[in-house]
Amino acid sequence: MDILSLRKKLDSGEVSSEDLFIESNKLAHQYQDEYNSFVTIIDKYKMKNRKDTLITGIPYALKDNFSTSGILTTASSNILKDYVPVYDATVYKKLKNAGGVLIGKTVLDELAMGGTGTTGHTGVVRNPWDKERLIGGSSAGSCACVALGIVPFSIGSDTGDSIRKPASFGGVVGFKPTYGRISRYGLFAFASSLDHVGCFTTCVRDAAIVTDILKGRDPLDMTSLEDDGKIYSDCIDKDVKGKKLFYFKEACNLDVYKDSDDEELIESLEKFQETIEECRKIGLEVSEVSFDKELLNAIYPAYMTISCAEATSNNANLTGIQFGPRGEGNSVDEIMFDARTKGFSELIKRRFILGSYILQKENQEKLYLNACRVRRLIVDKMNELFEKYDGLIMPASGGIAPKFGEKTDQLSDRYLILENHLAIANFGGFPSITIPSGKVKGMPIAINITGRIMEDDVVLNIANKIEEKIGRLERGE
Amino acid sequence: MYKVVIGLEVHCEVKTVSKNFSSSPNNYSTIPNINVSTVDLGLPGILPVVNEEACRKALKTAMALNCQNPDEIIFDRKNYFYPDLPKGYQITQVTKPMGRNGYLDIFVDDYVKRVDIHQLHLEEDTASLDHYEKYSLIDYNRSGIPLMEIVTEPCISSSDEAISFLEALRSVFIYCGVSDARSDMGQMRCDVNISLMEEDSKVLGTKVEMKNINSFNNVKLAIEYEIERQSKLLDKGEKVVQETRRIAEDGKTYPMRKKVDAVDYKYFIEPNLPPVKLSDEYLEEIRKKIPRLQYERVIDYTENMGISKEEALILVKSREIADYFESASKVCKNYKEVARWVITLVLASLNKLEIELDEFFLTPKMLGEVINVVLDDKLSEDNAKKIIYKAIEQKIDPIEIIKKENISRIDDDESVRKFVIEAIVENPEQVRQYLEEEKDYVKNYFVGKVMQKSNRQANPTKALEIIIEELEKRR
Repeated sequence: MDILSLRKKLDSGEVSSEDLFIESNKLAHQYQDEYNSFVTIIDKYKMKNRKDTLITGIPYALKDNFSTSGILTTASSNILKDYVPVYDATVYKKLKNAGGVLIGKTVLDELAMGGTGTTGHTGVVRNPWDKERLIGGSSAGSCACVALGIVPFSIGSDTGDSIRKPASFGGVVGFKPTYGRISRYGLFAFASSLDHVGCFTTCVRDAAIVTDILKGRDPLDMTSLEDDGKIYSDCIDKDVKGKKLFYFKEACNLDVYKDSDDEELIESLEKFQETIEECRKIGLEVSEVSFDKELLNAIYPAYMTISCAEATSNNANLTGIQFGPRGEGNSVDEIMFDARTKGFSELIKRRFILGSYILQKENQEKLYLNACRVRRLIVDKMNELFEKYDGLIMPASGGIAPKFGEKTDQLSDRYLILENHLAIANFGGFPSITIPSGKVKGMPIAINITGRIMEDDVVLNIANKIEEKIGRLERGE
Repeated sequence: MYKVVIGLEVHCEVKTVSKNFSSSPNNYSTIPNINVSTVDLGLPGILPVVNEEACRKALKTAMALNCQNPDEIIFDRKNYFYPDLPKGYQITQVTKPMGRNGYLDIFVDDYVKRVDIHQLHLEEDTASLDHYEKYSLIDYNRSGIPLMEIVTEPCISSSDEAISFLEALRSVFIYCGVSDARSDMGQMRCDVNISLMEEDSKVLGTKVEMKNINSFNNVKLAIEYEIERQSKLLDKGEKVVQETRRIAEDGKTYPMRKKVDAVDYKYFIEPNLPPVKLSDEYLEEIRKKIPRLQYERVIDYTENMGISKEEALILVKSREIADYFESASKVCKNYKEVARWVITLVLASLNKLEIELDEFFLTPKMLGEVINVVLDDKLSEDNAKKIIYKAIEQKIDPIEIIKKENISRIDDDESVRKFVIEAIVENPEQVRQYLEEEKDYVKNYFVGKVMQKSNRQANPTKALEIIIEELEKRR
């Protein structure tokens, strides 16, 4: 159920905030064994602020990499498995002040690194549409708990596609606004220049409502933006006739894949073309645009290079010295080494080693700085296209959520571009939203719309009108 | 004899209200871990917020050291693991330091030396560690305090030059108001790099590094010890090992660690602090606030005001005294006298009263005016000093005292003659003794009388002249 429907029920007195909490809490426990959305489920109803906002009294969930004073925050990593923060992330503070009711902290890929939802220290998160499939990550639990109907909205973080990809696999809306629109203070950093805070909702309107509450300048985050003074939920009903969208020919044109036997991919792309036809019906002009295959192929390596480099440094505070499990050893070096050896999974260590290698003096120019240049080139090219077009419309993924253990060819065209283009929005800080657009093999697929920097309202507006046209996705039990 | 090549890296804490990247107070405290916030502890999710005041002060210091400023402020991360570094990286400046390619002219004994400055950058201090036998304790009070690092070129060639440079640099910090630069509180620390080379060689010798020396005296001892140690090694044809050494309490240096490879700090630009462009206006605003510095003042005092270098160096030791001297010099144009009075009277009084100049009652204007009265021969220096002490004690303008008590030297012939004639008329016996018994000393008796009558204000020399003249008239 969406926020406005719950609002109505609350305002009419049909239900109380506590009723909603009890219902959410019950569902959270009920689905926990099967789907594993949560690291921590909050069992005590607590509602301090009676401020009058659209979300007052409404339950929500937070990804477990947001600092919550007095509430365990693990980032789904063993090294933080007992870490109880002493301060609140700005987004948590804002949601509390707005009267939102936190019902739990959700599972992520360890330290938000990874896109499968399978690497958290408390186990894998399963896809509500098919338990044999993964939900995607890293904001796995936050996506699952909205897809399961436990909460109407949840908060996630998005460094490469960590909100928008799982949203696609889980059949929900996932939005990350412009870089700096929402404060990152209190979000455990993965790759600071790419990290965004965003939300999962059941409809575009709710994404606007939640963003309205979260946005604004935070003196504790120097990269945060002055508030644009807009109320997004009031901007999304405008006529979008004449707005221009484009998609990448190299990734979406069926001719590119004419030798492919990937049925799922072909069906997804056909569905994408159908969605585009629907878009045209509401007056959106959609064009096929050739980008630059080389640059598109470089998205994934550039993303990995930059994010691993920043992640290595950002997580260097996890030594077991100030907090976390203290390692053993005869010297400080040994103690830190032991804590980190025991605290991180192999996958994380691999990323740290990569990041460290990338930043080494002798490699930095060739690896790190070149990746930064590729990033710049891609963003420049996007901005050039944004002079003519209002947004990029793309399939959010090359297909449906994969099954656990399913192997993908990481160097295929499908993988390199269709599975990774969402990182473009992180490179440039562009506002970007994923909305469900139908089903393939009974599983959800989605489109993604990415717009000009600062134009969060335009992106939400276009997405809302498309959603109105093609309808919301209902999960069949 | 070998040629000594020394380079210095000086760390100086910047005086600000809060820390460099957090809002915790930037205060010295002996109570551990009280000036600490989530940011200083490097807790997950924290973000740095840059302290503009620290940036402004670092830019100001860079300007005072004749450096070029960058076009924008950006910071870099220096990555390494150590328990005193809670984030696992230090926010510092590599790409665009606050200043580059500067210099500082200093006085060394009887010559002037230009010390080239490689760069000045702003960074954050680490926590401090206390080591015990079986454990160590971490105090995060220092974690995040803004720190300037000034790196010289390897252009210093003796311990005297090094000490003169450090003293001159400290005076720049203090004159600019950017730091109290107190070594005893660890606010100013110094790394010394030193190597020796053959007099005619063009190849630098092997460098030895001495880290974190916290007093100027130890810098001197360490340099002198190293020169001796390295000379002996070279004399014997042995090699100097490239290493880091520390100075011990006995004034000798001991090896700390061998330098195998330089540590790779994996620098990259701090992504959480967006670049801030520096406009010419902004820099000009800062530049305007730089006072005239020691070197410039010494040159001015000696070349334009006729003051000796020794006195000039005393006057510029503190900016307040130098300013005081300059203000007084606006009132009294005999600069040499003003200098003498400031050094003998003002500095001595401050010492005696154990107060700072800002608590001193006597303003430079008052001093200048009193000196003027003395120089006009209207008041003896002794009396002037007495009046000044009285003025300080009673907090009254000394000129007011002079006026009120009608104290000023009686100097004109007519007034003095009036007292002389009165005395002669009143003491016929003494006149007779002078004239008839040739008792010459009687004239001093009359000087005494005149002083008595004039309330000690008659000019005694003049009085004597007139006494002799009047007595002789009566012969």
